[in-house]
Amino acid sequence: MKKLTLPLSEKDYKNLHAGDCVLLSGTVFTARDCAHKRIFALLDENKPLPFALNGAFIYYAGPCPAPAGKASGSCGPTTSARMNSFAPRLLDAGLGGIIGKGGMSEETRLAVQRNKRVYFAAIGGAGAFYGNAIKSSECVAFPDLLSEAVYRLEIANFPLVVAVDADGKSIF
Amino acid sequence: MRTVNTQEIADCVYSLARKAGLTLTDGCRTALERAADKETGAAKFALDTVLENEKIAQREKMPVCQDTGMAVVLLEIGQEVVLGGAPLSAAVNDGVRRAYEDGYFRKSICDPLTRVNTGDNTPAHLHVEIIAGDKINVTFLPKGFGSENMSRIYMLTPAEGREGIINAVVDTVKIAGARPCPPVYIGVGIGGAFDSCALLAKKALTREVGTHHSRADVAEIEKEALARVNELGIGAQGFGGTTTAIGVACEIAPTHIAGLPVAVNIQCHCVRLGKATL
Repeated sequence: MKKLTLPLSEKDYKNLHAGDCVLLSGTVFTARDCAHKRIFALLDENKPLPFALNGAFIYYAGPCPAPAGKASGSCGPTTSARMNSFAPRLLDAGLGGIIGKGGMSEETRLAVQRNKRVYFAAIGGAGAFYGNAIKSSECVAFPDLLSEAVYRLEIANFPLVVAVDADGKSIF
Repeated sequence: MRTVNTQEIADCVYSLARKAGLTLTDGCRTALERAADKETGAAKFALDTVLENEKIAQREKMPVCQDTGMAVVLLEIGQEVVLGGAPLSAAVNDGVRRAYEDGYFRKSICDPLTRVNTGDNTPAHLHVEIIAGDKINVTFLPKGFGSENMSRIYMLTPAEGREGIINAVVDTVKIAGARPCPPVYIGVGIGGAFDSCALLAKKALTREVGTHHSRADVAEIEKEALARVNELGIGAQGFGGTTTAIGVACEIAPTHIAGLPVAVNIQCHCVRLGKATL
């Protein structure tokens, strides 16, 4: 299986095809519905974001609390479609890619294609698997949102499927 | 009469919740194993990952899915039981609160408008029914919302009948697509009224995957609906194949001569369930 490390190069994006199974490592940021709303408010006010968008990956996820001695609790993907109203603008602003589950809108697919990025589908319901593959986790914004806050995660060999590739081809 | 202190119910809810969060039901696991043997490509990759995930959950004592759900608690209380101790709903909430804290489960309950999290996954979603006898049946269903969001209710006409019921199930699963973490388990309520029909659908989800209704005509609807859903080609995680659902469970109740309510409650492939009798 193909192994990749973030950030991805132009060549990496080009070589990913819808349906490919990959193991992904590197830094990602979690964000769900509420965090996206706040990030958009910051964008609208031209204020600094919790992390630089350029080339960054957002993981649509809200982890369980970490048990003692673990970097993270269970942390599988949440339904990507709820973030359809946010994804195109973030991709146009430089976001490197998205990790979530399930299909996304035509607008999101076109934004992935236009920016030559990627949407990875993680396996929904595999929370323990992904949580166990997280090497470190740090809350970087909106701690009052608890599991919905923005966490910077170091991930190692996340099993993912290319759902939408840089050519706009979709597995769904 | 038999006196039961509600502390016993709280402790029972606690232990059922702790165990359910880390485990798939036997029927669910068997259905997923069978599907993994049959499917290919990305769908097989997804099913293999999900089966491996449960082993990691058991080994690492981590919830199988980070969506440890809304705590649905169904209590059937024998009418010969006298409850002592703290009020029943407070006791149930206490069991849920402790289980979600000690189990490192996610707290997912919030105000619907302000979205402020209650911080301890309470209140539980509690349903109480009075039955004959002196026992208490406790069912704990941690219900994830990726799948709950894809559930629907149909107020059909009597003329639409059996075919209309099956079409409602297929329609719901088709609209849901890859979003609810297929292969899904489908709870269907048939009859009753707008509110009780939805509860029937949820109760259907507390039946083990692979079981059928005792009434032959209802069991036939379950089988036919499952076959039709699996022709949709959505497959595991939406990656294609013939396993879009692992089961359909229907529960029925008498309804009004003018109507045919049908509720379709979708459950993801992480079927988690706890049952006990006190």
